[in-house]
Amino acid sequence: MKDSTNGDLSRREFIGGTGAAIVAVNATTATAQDRDAAEARAIAEVPRTRIEITVNGQRQSVDVEDRWTLVELLRDHLGLTGTRIGCNRGECGACTVLIDDEPAYACSTLAVWADGRSIRTVEGVERDGKVSTLQQAFIEHNAPQCGFCTSGQLMSATALLERNPSPTAQEIREALSGNLCRCSNYNAIVEAVQAAVKMGGA
Amino acid sequence: MKTFTNRNPESVGHAVSIARDAIGGGRSVVFAGGGTDLLQLVKERIPNRPGSGAPDVIINLKGIAEMNGVSRRNDGGLAIGGLTSLSAVSANTDVSARYNAVAEAAVSVATLQMRNVGTIAGNVCQRPWCWYYRNGFDCFKAGGNQCYSVSGENQLHAIFGGGPSFIVHPSDVAPALVAFDAIFRVAGSNGERRLSADEFFVLPRDDARHENVLADDEVLVSIELPAASGNVRSGFRKLMDRATWTHAVGSAAVALDMDGDTCRSASIVLGGVAPIPWRVEAAEQMLAGQTITAELAEAVGRAAVEGAQPLAKNRYKVPMTQRLVERTVLAVAG
Repeated sequence: MKDSTNGDLSRREFIGGTGAAIVAVNATTATAQDRDAAEARAIAEVPRTRIEITVNGQRQSVDVEDRWTLVELLRDHLGLTGTRIGCNRGECGACTVLIDDEPAYACSTLAVWADGRSIRTVEGVERDGKVSTLQQAFIEHNAPQCGFCTSGQLMSATALLERNPSPTAQEIREALSGNLCRCSNYNAIVEAVQAAVKMGGA
Repeated sequence: MKTFTNRNPESVGHAVSIARDAIGGGRSVVFAGGGTDLLQLVKERIPNRPGSGAPDVIINLKGIAEMNGVSRRNDGGLAIGGLTSLSAVSANTDVSARYNAVAEAAVSVATLQMRNVGTIAGNVCQRPWCWYYRNGFDCFKAGGNQCYSVSGENQLHAIFGGGPSFIVHPSDVAPALVAFDAIFRVAGSNGERRLSADEFFVLPRDDARHENVLADDEVLVSIELPAASGNVRSGFRKLMDRATWTHAVGSAAVALDMDGDTCRSASIVLGGVAPIPWRVEAAEQMLAGQTITAELAEAVGRAAVEGAQPLAKNRYKVPMTQRLVERTVLAVAG
């Protein structure tokens, strides 16, 4: 595949480019233009609210649709795609973020309800451009397999070590019990958290 | 997600007036505490209020300070604000010291992420988790006219108090609150009312569509726990089909008022087996004035399931509940 002209395209850019092409084709017909105009009017009528939110230490003012979940705000509008959407119904834990330092499911709360709150995501756990102790321990202990649950696991583990710097294995399991791993790599994840404790914390 | 307008009232009165005005204008309304359960229903377009469809207005209660936190009452009891998170309830030492079953029930709910956001009023008022209702069937709970579990998959359904709907009440905290004779303080357009458990929860035979008497414009403001003597011991046990993060297949909240080795009086309230928190008075009375032995606890367990009416696929719940009561009574008696 070394001759492929698409070699440098990421999956996300590819999907985005495809979408633009489809819009361009549709726009050549009058009915499609009508539909686009109707859609634009409908979007303009969607209730919106301006909120003040601190994300990874940066305070910002954002105009959100009332119906956006917090994870939709983070991923689709603030570009923080480290937080995953797994089930989108509070049954997997992939979207775990810290709201005022406490783990919560970002799929199960609205962005507008986070007004005035401080959010931490996986993008915010690095220290001075380097991975955190927990992230380093996750790497060394192969805690991520497919990796989809990893950012949620990291946020739950980060909150745990911040409130309890030397948890037992049982306490680690309890603290991470709201984060499913479909690869079922739980033992390695617990080992990684225990290793991070020995390495000096979160 | 379907569009809706979010409102952020700062007082209970304001919240109620927003609801009244919206309903008067023909818009459907729902109150949000933590909103964790509500949002799943909205996303799936499952009616939160039976027959009303997805809400036009969500009234976010999080900014109402008077509804948050646990406070001591003059009569020696506690008032738990409806917005108090389940994490805060279980961590509160006034709750765990005198009302241990409530603390144990709160910490048994779902996961840490849910308990940090989910509120005690939301836990008590959450809609049923029957798989028919949650998967879009037009059942009683959604505003329809039948219960699909009757001739369907009823493994997790009611063995007490069922008909015409056979849902089980999903709250873990509610049985523990009822074991302490909690009062449910409700505010709405027509003012405030303080309701006992008997008045607050409703059986399907009286209203198949709702689990409690809250009107569309009413909020569960707080839950009051009457004074409990220092001799009351209590506990909560929850049986699940996995170790965590699911609803009770059956649960028991037991509170024993002890005088040395003698039980003065007992409360036993079951969850996950009836459409409301299910008090088993005949079993409670067997403990009054008695020394609790293994034999007595076994008899109490048998009495607790007398009159059970299991469906085709949940007969296992009868002996399960019997042993659950027996073991919880023994564990609490110590």
